Amino acid sequence: MLSISGLHSGYGQIEALHGIDLKVPPGSIVTLIGANGAGKTTLLSTLCGHPRATDGQILFDGMDITHWPTHQIARAGLAHCPEGRRVFPRMTVLENLELGGTPLGAKANADDLEKILDRFPRLRERLTQRAGTLSGGEQQMLAIGRALMSRPRLLLLDEPSLGLAPLIVRQIFELIETINIQEKITIFLVEQNAYHGLKLAHHAHVLVQGRVTLSGSGAELLANPEIRAHYLEGGLTTQT
Amino acid sequence: MAYFIQQLLNGLTLGTIYALVAIGYTMVYGIIGMINFAHGEVYMIGAFIALIAFLGATVHFGFGLTGGLIAALVITALFTGLWGWSIERIAYRPLRGAPKLAPLISAIGMSIILQNFVQLSQGARVMTLPPLLQGGIEVMSDDSLTVNLSWLQMGIIGLTLVLMTGLTLIINRTAFGRAQRACAQDPKMAALLGIHVDRVISATFVIGAVLASVAGLMVTLYYGVIDFYIGFLAGMKAFTAAVLGGIGSLPGALLGGLSIGLIEALWSAYFSIEYKDVAVFSVLILVLLFRPTGILGRAEVEKI
Repeated sequence: MLSISGLHSGYGQIEALHGIDLKVPPGSIVTLIGANGAGKTTLLSTLCGHPRATDGQILFDGMDITHWPTHQIARAGLAHCPEGRRVFPRMTVLENLELGGTPLGAKANADDLEKILDRFPRLRERLTQRAGTLSGGEQQMLAIGRALMSRPRLLLLDEPSLGLAPLIVRQIFELIETINIQEKITIFLVEQNAYHGLKLAHHAHVLVQGRVTLSGSGAELLANPEIRAHYLEGGLTTQT
Repeated sequence: MAYFIQQLLNGLTLGTIYALVAIGYTMVYGIIGMINFAHGEVYMIGAFIALIAFLGATVHFGFGLTGGLIAALVITALFTGLWGWSIERIAYRPLRGAPKLAPLISAIGMSIILQNFVQLSQGARVMTLPPLLQGGIEVMSDDSLTVNLSWLQMGIIGLTLVLMTGLTLIINRTAFGRAQRACAQDPKMAALLGIHVDRVISATFVIGAVLASVAGLMVTLYYGVIDFYIGFLAGMKAFTAAVLGGIGSLPGALLGGLSIGLIEALWSAYFSIEYKDVAVFSVLILVLLFRPTGILGRAEVEKI
């Protein structure tokens, strides 16, 4: 589904990614964990063309999207649910969702909206409310719902658990798993919450200072003593 | 009383023209956060194209008055829209992502180029058009004065209201409007949702230019006098209107435009006509001092 090879990227003179090789097989959930500043968000942003990759190649469904403009990548079926949710605060929940259907153009229809509102009953209750007035958890659901509106084949999720209460975090991760199974959407997840992120991952990678240092199945990494020491036991509180 | 009402009507007419130009400032600011200082020149070019189109249609092609006006409106909107599009393409798009001062300077340069271009190609002399639409209705009268609302004033106010309503509906109800607002709030996120941000920005410039050109046409008919320099003062006043109303806000542009028009007309009527521009720009200074966000503006919140 997604195949990244030798990817370099960064901001101005500062390179943040030093040659990433990574594959996201169709139908899977792939999790990337790493500390603050490891380059996780940069990697997801580079996939969408902002910042641009300085070297390497990104293949999406066999298409070389490395130099495509951002909006075209979105229209090809790659949805990005970015860090900090980025809902449009001064627009209603409904408008935010409708905007999510932009990549479909004329193919968008009311069924998509109904399906998503069935999945997120809270959003249906708040349909005419401004997105900026929602709670953090609701905004995250809106951001995911908005991404789903484009019927993506690959969903990029950047720290969906950030700043949310433990109970909500659990809900979000359950939701991610459900979407992957029911909608057959491939998911590439980036998380600091290593425990949850690894638990649902089919494949997982660890990113340290712009390089992938460790790869394996989610369960393998979860059992790896080094991972436990660095990403789990230091942050036991994240094990809700 | 009659005198006051007459001035009110004059001020409203003037105000709607400012409002049409102010929309261009406010929409462009809303979407890319820059003041398009060449916008006054777009309005001036609109006035020139309107004059040429009207004369061409009536003298060359034998259109009647109504036909000539409609032809002038369509041609002016079309060509000025193209100017707006080209200006963005040439002077601003290459500077996207550059420090904010760069496009500002580019805008001032564009403004000088356009002024000089029109001066050289059309001549520096004042162009005149005899009053075409005469007559109107009597609104009221007292012993000293009869208040007159001319057909032209009615047309100007009416057309502005139609355009404003249309624009509001487009922005609030259509997919394009939704995309436009999304780009204004968070262009990067808008791109991630498959919105072609550059095209939306281009469309915004075209809309602003078309509205300014309609204002240019109105001014040509209303005053009957244009020259290559009218864009500067009108542009500054429309910019003041946009700031007064709250830059970035569409209803703000209308409110600001009407306020500026009224201030100008009433000041000229009761104080001194020589100082009307001083009055208008004093308002700009006062607004910037005491309410920098304008009447309907939103405080700029730094994104975290």
